[in-house]
Amino acid sequence: MTQSTAGGQRAAAAPDPSAYLEIDGLWKAFGDFLALRDVSLQVNQGEFICFLGPSGCGKTTLLRAIAGLDPQTRGTIRQGGQDISTLPASARDYGIVFQSYALFPNLTIEKNIAFGLENIGRPRAEIRARVAELLELVGLPDQAGKYPAQLSGGQQQRVALARAIAISPGLLLLDEPLSALDAKVRVFLRHEIKELQRKLGVTTIMVTHDQEEALSMADRIVVMNQGVIEQVGTPTQVYRHPASLFVADFIGETNKIETTFSAGKVKIGKTSIATSATGFSRGASVVAVIRPEDVVPHSAGRKPARSAGANLIEVEIESMEFLGSYWRAHLAGKALAGTELIANFSMNAVRRLSLAEGKTMTVELPAERVLVFNADGGGDGR
Amino acid sequence: MAGNQAVLPAGRAPRLQLDRDALTKRGLMVVIAVYLVAALALPLYAMLSKSFTTYSFDLARYEFQVSDETGGNWSDPVSAKALNDKLNAVAPADLATISDGRLPATSFFPDFSFRSPVKYRIRGVGPTAPYLVGLELFNSNEWKELSGNDFRRVMLRPVQSRSLANYVTYFSTPALFRSIENSLFIATVSTILTVILAFGFAYAVNRSCMPFKPVFRLIAMMPILVPSLLPGIALIYMFGNQGYMKELLLGESIYGPLGIVIGSVFFTFPHALIIISTALSISDQRHYEAAESLRASAWRTFWTVTIPGARYGLISAAFVTFTLVITDFGLPKVIGGQYNVLAVDIYKQVIGQQNFEMGAVVSVVLLIPAVVAFIVDRIVQKKQVALLSARSVPYQPRPDRRFDGFCLVWCGVVAFFIVGVIGTCQFAALAKFWPYDLSMSLNNYAFDRMDGGGWEAYRNSIRLGLLTAVIGTAIIFTGAYMVEKIDGFKTGRGLFQLLAMLPMAVPGLVLGLAYIFFFNNPANPLHFIYGTMTILVICTITHFYTVGHLTALTALKQIDQEFEPVAASLRTPFHRLFARVTVPVCMPAILDISIYMFVNAMTTVSAVVFIYSTKTNLASVAVLNMDDAGDIAPAAAMGMMIFYTNAIARIVHAALSRGVLARTQAWRKR
Repeated sequence: MTQSTAGGQRAAAAPDPSAYLEIDGLWKAFGDFLALRDVSLQVNQGEFICFLGPSGCGKTTLLRAIAGLDPQTRGTIRQGGQDISTLPASARDYGIVFQSYALFPNLTIEKNIAFGLENIGRPRAEIRARVAELLELVGLPDQAGKYPAQLSGGQQQRVALARAIAISPGLLLLDEPLSALDAKVRVFLRHEIKELQRKLGVTTIMVTHDQEEALSMADRIVVMNQGVIEQVGTPTQVYRHPASLFVADFIGETNKIETTFSAGKVKIGKTSIATSATGFSRGASVVAVIRPEDVVPHSAGRKPARSAGANLIEVEIESMEFLGSYWRAHLAGKALAGTELIANFSMNAVRRLSLAEGKTMTVELPAERVLVFNADGGGDGR
Repeated sequence: MAGNQAVLPAGRAPRLQLDRDALTKRGLMVVIAVYLVAALALPLYAMLSKSFTTYSFDLARYEFQVSDETGGNWSDPVSAKALNDKLNAVAPADLATISDGRLPATSFFPDFSFRSPVKYRIRGVGPTAPYLVGLELFNSNEWKELSGNDFRRVMLRPVQSRSLANYVTYFSTPALFRSIENSLFIATVSTILTVILAFGFAYAVNRSCMPFKPVFRLIAMMPILVPSLLPGIALIYMFGNQGYMKELLLGESIYGPLGIVIGSVFFTFPHALIIISTALSISDQRHYEAAESLRASAWRTFWTVTIPGARYGLISAAFVTFTLVITDFGLPKVIGGQYNVLAVDIYKQVIGQQNFEMGAVVSVVLLIPAVVAFIVDRIVQKKQVALLSARSVPYQPRPDRRFDGFCLVWCGVVAFFIVGVIGTCQFAALAKFWPYDLSMSLNNYAFDRMDGGGWEAYRNSIRLGLLTAVIGTAIIFTGAYMVEKIDGFKTGRGLFQLLAMLPMAVPGLVLGLAYIFFFNNPANPLHFIYGTMTILVICTITHFYTVGHLTALTALKQIDQEFEPVAASLRTPFHRLFARVTVPVCMPAILDISIYMFVNAMTTVSAVVFIYSTKTNLASVAVLNMDDAGDIAPAAAMGMMIFYTNAIARIVHAALSRGVLARTQAWRKR
């Protein structure tokens, strides 16, 4: 039974003393459907973590398990060294913000924020001072007497945030907090939330399906798919060194080319391309992945000089789209033999090399930027 | 990378520790569930089991000995059965009886004379063989020796058993059985008429530009404010033997199906109208614009757009009307004459013949169409909700002289009918002696001089209304909150929801009868509430539970699902959230539930008619009883008192709603 062995090994691993939140072997079943499958994760004190993944990947389920709203089916959760696996939501230490804001519509902004404070039985003056401080903090100092319906979506979300941090929780949970907002407000609030979190130093977990949001806000991103953690890493790690084909595909744009592996090289069209990948058997079917911005443009006719690993391919520009800050080119050509490559070229490069539709050019695929994955979605052997 | 395992490891799911909140919630839910079980499930069960209970004299259980004229020389013991086989004194069919049946032991001794010195002995055989000597009950296997004078006071008592015999009797008695046909006939005809009339009315109000719409809406709701008996009384004044429009019937009698149907249309009209009106008001303007751009005729548009859009409303209205008519008891009681329907049969069996078992059988028969209608209606309602949630552009009617005129006439006729019925009652209530002396007087309001409970009954009704409104709303809203907002405990919540939906399928008479069986049983620890105001309040709350429950659920569903998690994360107990947020936000719905409970408590007859006592007489029952006693004018007067009380309650409710909205719902204004 390999499963029990795997479980045994996990249990044997000593818990990391510096971790504030430890999730260990978490499963969640809804009937026959497994929404979480053996999820383990450690979150450090003061970290900003994003759970990122497509809808139905289990990210919200994981958040709700941490919050004690939908308890896990198996596994344990520890927070600040204490096992909270069976604690009800009201006995855990967190503040939460939902996509819907969930502000109490019949209470003023002030009363909303004070809601949790009043229950602790603090003196009225203290509560008032704390509310004023929080309103100042979220940038809404003069809105105390209004009702939620009188505020804009962005303002309401900031009130929800103030309410959640009012009781100074050890953990802040954000469930797609920005999804219901306009694009502009969203970008602005991203920055605000991140700033606030840095100022308070509160350990924060945010669920999102928006990769841009995750990349710009998180200290570390947890990429999830089908109830499983695909990769945990800093935004750059996840973007530059995706651990799986899914991560590479989900975050950013990629050229995906199905091909075979042999002695460190993959074939793209008729051209053999050197990669830094190892560990695949000769002739294994693999998927080679390169991001459009990693395709390096050169003028036509550049010879594969000096190093044999220069990975130069002669291509023809089929079409070009202007996307504001850069051009997107669709590349084809004999050397590619039917495979299409997408490349992003800077304005500069386009002007310098006078690139245009129908022209031929040479592109370089840097060996260290060509990622190779098993065709069935597994890692690249590193 | 983790997650290559695809099988859940063995083990148990961790259970969250129950905090005080969870315990309180569960506790509250259990309390309300127990209430529903005691006030609904157990009485219904008692009734069901009653319908299978039969009483019969089991002659094999008794043995007799007879002495000679000297008082000695006893004969051999002989069983009553053997005697009866020989004599044929009691026909086998007559051995079946009711719970209170008595059979004189002397039936088996044709030459019995209480003057003769012959003595008799009687004993039971087997564990139960009850018999009376005078008023004293015996149940013994010892011989009991009696003089002739005592022996004539020996009465055999029936023994109880369970069988389908009551049902067999019911279905083999044509007089009873025909009521099913009658009930179905009345309900079907009334339903068709009501739905057509209500559809026309709703269509006119929603889709035309006719004037006086608010007035028509107001008038259309008037029948809700009166007991269903009232149109019956009005019809008697209009078309009865001394009716002022009697000639219009061309010799037909209003007493019978005709009167029941007209009266049923009157009292079910607003119910059907509300449902159909809702269905019509959600139609999409864009469909009509599309139809117009495709040059569809108005007729074609009507059948391809309007009717399909409103079909769920129509079906739902039809089933609601059908159920109301078939379960109504007051109206056929007043104007049905010799025409028997199921609901009146129950009343007659129980009140008239004291045959509780047969009453239970008819109740079960009456439950069947009500339950079927209820189930179909629930299915249809679910689909209607799906339609409602679609975003659509509301329909804007355009003026059209001919069409608007037609609508005005239609609504005018219906409104005239409604006002006519109520006006007739008012006039009759004030007339000194209809139809001979039509001068005005308040004589008919001197209720204390008539049977039926007098003004005390009216005061009791108001007490019942207020208690039902306050206590009922609290119970119903709390119960709905538990169903909607508690997490976990799924099976319990499902059962609770089922219990909460059940009252709608149970006709009032059936519920009332079930209460007799359950609460009038001396072995029941709750027996002490029998004959008090408490049982009336419980019965009325239970009777009208479902509509209130659904209203509360709808309001609660519109509240953000995340409030409870947020409150928990702020470590605030749920009762604070409930008091500070949930209740204020739902205040309009809560007020709606209370006015609904009040108005229905004032008008209901069916459920309470079996369980009121002389101390707890009610206005609506007084209308029934005064009418029964021939005091029709005072009955009309009392009916009008109910009408005015409900009208005032409605006005108070409207004012209160506005006041509460202004105070607690300031947030609704931007």
